[in-house]
Parts: sequence; structure tokens; C-alpha cells
Amino acid sequence: MPKDGGIGAATLRREDVRFLTGAGQYCDDIKVFGQASAMFARSNVANGVIKSIDTTAAAAMPGVLAIFTGEDFVEVGGNPAGWLINSRDGTPMHEPKRPVLAHGKVRHVGDAYAAVIAETPEQAKNAIEAIEADIEELPAVVNMKDALSGSNYVHDEIGTNQCFDWGWIEDNRDATDAAIKGAHHVTTLELVNNRLVPNAMEPRCSMAQYNRANDEYILHTTSQNPHLTRLLISAFVLGIPENKLTVIAPDVGGGFGSKIYHYGEEALVLAAAKKLNRPVKWTADRSEAFLTDAHGRDHVTKIELAMDAEGNFLAFRTETLANVGAYLSNFSTATPTFLHGTLMAGNYTVPNVYVNVKTVFTNTAPVDAYRGAGRPEATYSLERVIDMAAREIRMDPVELRRKNFIKPDQYPFASAAGLEYDSGNYDALMDKMEVVADKKGFEARRAESESKGLLRGFGVNAYIEACGIAPSNLVGILGSRVGLYDAATVRVNATGSLSVMVGAHSHGQGHETAFPQVVAEMLGIDPMSIDIVHGDTSKIPFGMGTYGSRSLAVCGSAVVRATEKIINKAKKIAAHMLEASEGDIAFNDGAFSVAGTDKSVSFGEVAFKAYVPHEFPLEDIEPGLEETAFYDPANFTYPSGAYCCEVELDPETGKVRVDRFAAVDDFGNIVNPMIVTGQVHGGLGQGIGQAMLENTTYDENGQLLSASYMDYTMPRADDLPFYTVDHSQGTPCTHNPLGVKGCGEAGAIGSPPTIVNAVIDAMQSGGKNVTHIDMPVTPHRVWSAMQNA
Amino acid sequence: MTKVTMTINGKSVAGDVEGNTLLASFLRDDLHLTGTHIGCDTSQCGACVVHVDGRAVKSCTMFATEANGAEVATIEGQAAADGTLNVIQQAFQDHHGLQCGFCTPGMVMSTAALLKDNPKPTVTEVRTYLEGNICRCTGYHNIVKAIMAASGQDVSAIAAE
Repeated sequence: MPKDGGIGAATLRREDVRFLTGAGQYCDDIKVFGQASAMFARSNVANGVIKSIDTTAAAAMPGVLAIFTGEDFVEVGGNPAGWLINSRDGTPMHEPKRPVLAHGKVRHVGDAYAAVIAETPEQAKNAIEAIEADIEELPAVVNMKDALSGSNYVHDEIGTNQCFDWGWIEDNRDATDAAIKGAHHVTTLELVNNRLVPNAMEPRCSMAQYNRANDEYILHTTSQNPHLTRLLISAFVLGIPENKLTVIAPDVGGGFGSKIYHYGEEALVLAAAKKLNRPVKWTADRSEAFLTDAHGRDHVTKIELAMDAEGNFLAFRTETLANVGAYLSNFSTATPTFLHGTLMAGNYTVPNVYVNVKTVFTNTAPVDAYRGAGRPEATYSLERVIDMAAREIRMDPVELRRKNFIKPDQYPFASAAGLEYDSGNYDALMDKMEVVADKKGFEARRAESESKGLLRGFGVNAYIEACGIAPSNLVGILGSRVGLYDAATVRVNATGSLSVMVGAHSHGQGHETAFPQVVAEMLGIDPMSIDIVHGDTSKIPFGMGTYGSRSLAVCGSAVVRATEKIINKAKKIAAHMLEASEGDIAFNDGAFSVAGTDKSVSFGEVAFKAYVPHEFPLEDIEPGLEETAFYDPANFTYPSGAYCCEVELDPETGKVRVDRFAAVDDFGNIVNPMIVTGQVHGGLGQGIGQAMLENTTYDENGQLLSASYMDYTMPRADDLPFYTVDHSQGTPCTHNPLGVKGCGEAGAIGSPPTIVNAVIDAMQSGGKNVTHIDMPVTPHRVWSAMQNA
Repeated sequence: MTKVTMTINGKSVAGDVEGNTLLASFLRDDLHLTGTHIGCDTSQCGACVVHVDGRAVKSCTMFATEANGAEVATIEGQAAADGTLNVIQQAFQDHHGLQCGFCTPGMVMSTAALLKDNPKPTVTEVRTYLEGNICRCTGYHNIVKAIMAASGQDVSAIAAE
């Protein structure tokens, strides 16, 4: 052991058995004695003054136990922004209070201004209908440009709709301007990164219990990071001491970022549980999810690429408006800045980069990190403008990228956007992509498509991302209010089985399978003797959870460090058992032996001795075998990749079909290739969805027009192709013990520009000089672009 | 309240329900069969698919009273009594056809209905049939592959891992 279950094995997932048999336990599946139901009264206008809320009739409805309004939470704190960003002129950003329930004003459709607790969900719903709220509708601020030019403010007390005006890197601004001014060729592109709704299939749900005898709370909630949620509730919102609040995230049915954040509903059910001394649960329906889950993307960007006469990149300069919605969600200020601007040098040796981002309040749902978070926006801008530049200077788009790639001998490489890339080989990825995608066969396939009256386009993209979020020292300088380490406790039980408590929390990533593979490899034992404990703050060490492709790179590194401590202590115990000196003890294949002898003890025997410490050298060694490690990464990790796709386009209808898609990624070392491939597939599905199908549409009054699966086009099985995925070109991360980089977001980052580049190539091949089209590339947009070209 | 009786996974059950109680709610809230999930309000996502008298039904769209007297099959009844997964469940595990698991019960139940009517579907037929089941995690690649494998067809040409 673990010959077939350690690092590198495509081990089948152990969690699958419960999910496949209906035995998974998601938050709404948990029902406790005496449980009451919460429902929310939500604004149906995007901007309005709350004149009065009369709850008299609602309170008299059958089953109603309590009603809350914003008035009840005036004395408690607000839900904070996790990053404090300064504007270019050094002034701090505006952080308006985000209350548990709206007070004074409602600021987006779906903004909750009251809540009813009743015996049943139906009774609560009926009572919501009976609340008489006099809300005076005001004109809504929806469009970002209007928001910045007008005098209608989402938050009157701020007196502007601009949250901040950020420059990155401000000292590079003049050099970048000069490089663009003096360049042989400048390509300019204005584009929209369309607003998306994450749409985890499990709607959010929170259930609070309160024990009056101990003044203790338990919150079951749909969270990617239960400790972070507890910290926000304790330190910022309700002030419940952490030792009195347990947060448990059971099985979580997808998140993609939307379940990172603390939401007001969690605070409401906690307050209600205490007031009523009863468990209180709220479960979102899908409409509420559309209206209130933090949305993603929503950037409007102008990007310029300057080149010399040979096609060498001289500078990238961007101006971006980023929508943050009506309130600042927890990571909303980091996403368009440090997860976006720092990636704006891409995979390239470009010497000058300057990024300007203005974040804008609007009367729409909050916008925050969604799978990729800032990095898809950076990649999309870069990889679209590079393709456009290649067309303008009549150079092959792959060759233009290769010409400017950072070369393998240049690492560590200080990018012009302020990061230090540790490893990579972008040419090798591109080489492999061309092989696995059969790029040589493209012209024959194009001819075949054309014989059917269809156009075929080839699109390519290279991406880099910063994952393994994140070095606390660095993010502290950049404005983060938290550290971004993670933690693990490895507990060896007396009979040799292991429980590993981790701060990361799976919401589909297979941690229960992959983490034991790491420990089993290190200890040489059966992975099935190791179980992961996660999601419960009363059981796990203080870790920061799962997002930003960080679980294995950060929490996995903590697991390695804790396991190393276990091995070190076990060696001491083994030396005592074998009557040898510690320096002579070797540990191989799950056994401790004395060098040069046949004396050995198994890992299980050492574990038993640790807990039954008879004849134990208590003066030198404590009993027990349990170790904790916190791991704070030295740098981000830098996954990269080369993607390509081929689309078929029907010029009669504008309908586009993705025929082939190849993704070649460098994730460093791989623990479970089956899981990694699945993560890429999922990211591709979401990225292709963004490029072709998904769009979040508010009308001019701030009404959300795409608030159900009848109106928001989720990718279905018949919208997507099979994918070719390759991760054979990995260059190990140089600064974490596993050499891993993270794989969860890559597909969503690399695929949108690949698709759009292919669609433009198809239109060009049909003689239509279309150089730009915005996502999603619906048949209507494609057909219109071709008619107008 | 109306009294309903039905057979669920081979077991006779009875309950008192309101006229507007959905079959999905009856299963989840009254019978604690929480493997049937509710993922949308508009009968689009398919996380709630069960079989009623042998036909795949979105249980969020059917009143419990409409299933009175019916034979109902849910995800909880798909594995053998000793826990052995059925062919479809095993194919989903073997080919990593699930991640967060929330859509999975509906996917398995829809697949069972598909393969009953069409034991050897083409890839196109599988993808078309699944348009009423939304998965946000897998990009569908491994779900389609698992269904092809469950139907006994060779999936070696579909990209591996």
C-alpha cells in the first residue's frame, strides 16, 4: 500500500455511493424537532424608500411566530467587504453598510426588507403576502455608465456611485502610455464580459438552532467555508462569540463561488432561533437564488495592445467598469482588482501593463467571485485583443502568441503586472494542443463543413491564472482583511485508522477521496483507513475553505505538513519500541525499521503504543498521535493552458455548434487524474455556457428579466460537445510540497475567448469582416453581425 | 387533508396531505426520502425525477394526490438491499458522472427511464433525452459517457479518465 490508491491514482470517489443512493445529506434534508420556517419579503422594485411596513395583519395569520424588519437589526453590524481597496489618489473605497434586512431603502429587486417565521413554509409564505409595505419607487440606476455620470445614487450618503477608481500598477502608468504612444501598431477592442448567475443546483439554505441553557448556536448552512462564515457572523454582523457559534456545512450541492459569502438570511435565522428558542430554517427557491445569490463577471472593458513592427508586445492598457451591484459582497472588491489586474500580463513577456478599474454601484444584485473570478475577465480581454491584433498584422494567432510567450528558462518570471510566476512551459502546452486537437486536419474538416453549406472556425487561447489563494503577507498589503492560509489536523486513532480534519470544504470536488490519497502515499497505508472530516467548525481547525482552486495547493499542503509531524513523532515512538536511536529509524511502506537489522514495527503498532503508553518514555514523548499544521503559501500558484476549439456556424440562421474542444492544462503534479479531468470538464461547460448561452438581463427599471430556467439559458447536455482534456505537460509548482497548482477554475477561464475567437474565424472564413462580437454568441447576434458586415 | 396511499420502492405507505402538496414534498417532508431533490420552481432542472407507474415524472410538478394508488420508484430504491449499486449507479461512479451529487438522483432516474425505452441509445439520443436534467458541475461529458457505458456500449473512444 498504497500501490493503487496513492498520489496519481484515478481512484473512484468514495462519496459517490451516498450521492448515488439518495443518502447525501444536503442542508435542506436536515429536519429537526420543532423546526419553524422562515420566508422573506423581498422588494419588487429596484430602488425605493421604505415609508412604512405594517405587519399587523401578517402577525395574525395562522402559524405565524414572529416577524422581523430592518428596524430589528439597526443595532447590529453589517456584512463587510473582505478587501479594502484604495483609489489611485490614495483615498479609501466607499463601503456602505449592508444590513441583515433593508432599512430605510431597498436597493435591488429581491432586497429583503422583512422576514416571517411560521410553523410551516406555506404559512410563512401566506403571511409574507399579508405584510403591507409602503415602498415609494424611485428611478433605478442600472447601466454602469449612467451610474457614473448621473446624480441618482444607490447610496445617498456616499454621494457617488463609484466605489473606487483603482490603478494597477500606478507607477507603470506613464511608461505604458509612452509605449502605446510610440508603438508601431496599436489594436483597440471594447468588449463586455457578460453578467452570469452561478446557479449551483442546490439552492441556498440555512437552519439555525439555539440552546438557551448554554447560549449556544448551531448554524447549518450551504457554505464553501464554514469558518469564514462563522468569523463574519461573529466579528462583523451579530457579535456572537465564536465559542458560542458552530457553523456546519453538510453536503453542499455546488457553489462556484456563490456559497463563499455570508448572506443576511444566515444572520436572520440565527436571530430568529434565539428569539423563539426554536430551530428556524430557510430554503431558497430558484427565483430567490436568481435574485439574491451573488452574480458574476459584468465588466465593460476597453483594452489596447501595442506592438512593434515584428509583433513583439510592448504594452497592454485597459480601462474597465466593474459592476458591484447594490452592496459589496465579501470578495466583490478583490475580484475585479487583485484577481484581475494582476493577471493582465497573461503568458507574455510584455514589459508594460497598466490596468484601471472603476467599480460601480447599481440597483442590481451584488456581484462577486464566480468560478475564475477576475481571471476569466483578464484572459478574455487579453486573448480576444491578441487574436484581433494577429488578424490586423496578418500573422497566425498561434505564432503571435508563441512569439511573445515567456520561455521555460525565464522562471521565476516577474510579470509586468506584479506577480512572480514560478514555473510553466507555454510552448509545450501549445505544441501538445496542436497534436491532441489534430490542428493539421482542420482544413479538411473546414472543407467538409463548407460542402454542407456551413462555416467552420478555429479558435485558440492561452491562459494563466493565479490560484492557491493566497499568501497572507501579500494579500494583507493588498487590502485583505483576512489571512488566506489553511489548516489540517491528522489524528491517528489507537487502532491505526486516521481521521484528517481539514479547513477546505468540498462542494463537489471529491476531497473525501483525494486527500486520503495524499496521506496514504506518505504513510504507506490503505487509503480506506483514512477519512476526511470537513465542514464543521466544532471539529476542524480554523481553515479558510474552498475557492480559488486552493483546496489541494493550500489545505493539501497543510495536510502534508501535519502528516510529516506525525511521521516524526512516530519515529520517536518506534525508536523506543525497537530500542534503537531515532536517527537509525527508517520509515518505508508503512513500517519503521532499524537500519541494517531485520527489526521493525508497523505503523499500526506504533499508533497503538501511542495510545496505550505502557513502558513509554513519558519524560521524552507525550502519549497520543495527533498533529495540526497551518500552511500559508509563499506565492500564488500559476496554472496555465492552451485551448482550442472548432465551431460550425450556419450562415443562414447564425446558429453556432461547438464541434471539437481541446484543453491542455499545466496543473503541476496531479493527485487524482479522474477528478482533475472532471473539474476541467465542468469549467468548460460553464465557460462555453458564458460564451454561447448565458446572460443576466436587467431592464431599465432594474427588473431581472432572466430570473428562472425558462429565461436564463443553462447549458444542457445537447448544447455541449465531448472534450479532449490533457494534463501531461505539467511543470510542478516550486513552492508547495505537493508541486500542485489547482484545477477547479481553468476550464471556465480558458474557454470563453476560445469560443468567440473561433466564431469570428468562422465568420471571416465566410467573407464577413466581423472583428468583434459580444457574449453570448446567440444566433441573433451572429446573424446580425454577419448581415451588418 | 386527503388520505393517500401508494407503493414506494415496493413498500406500501399512507399519509395525509393537502390538496396542493407536491409529490416531491410528500416524499421529502413526510416520508423523509430526501434523495429526491428540488432545484428549481419551473420543472426545468430534473433533480426531482422519480418514476410513477414506470414513467419518469418530475415530482415537483405532480400533486401527491395524483400519485394515489400508484407505484412510485425513487433513488432510494435503486440499489440492491445489500447496498450493491445497480448498473446505472455503478456506471456513474466508474466514469465520474457526478460531482456535487445534487442533480444525480434525477439523472439516475431519467437514465433508467431512457434505457427502459431505448436500451442502446446513440450519444445524440442521450444528450437530447437529458435536456430536462440540468447539471452544473460535470459539463455532461462523463454523464453521457456513463449512460453509454450503462447501456453496455463501448465507451473507449470517448476521451478517458
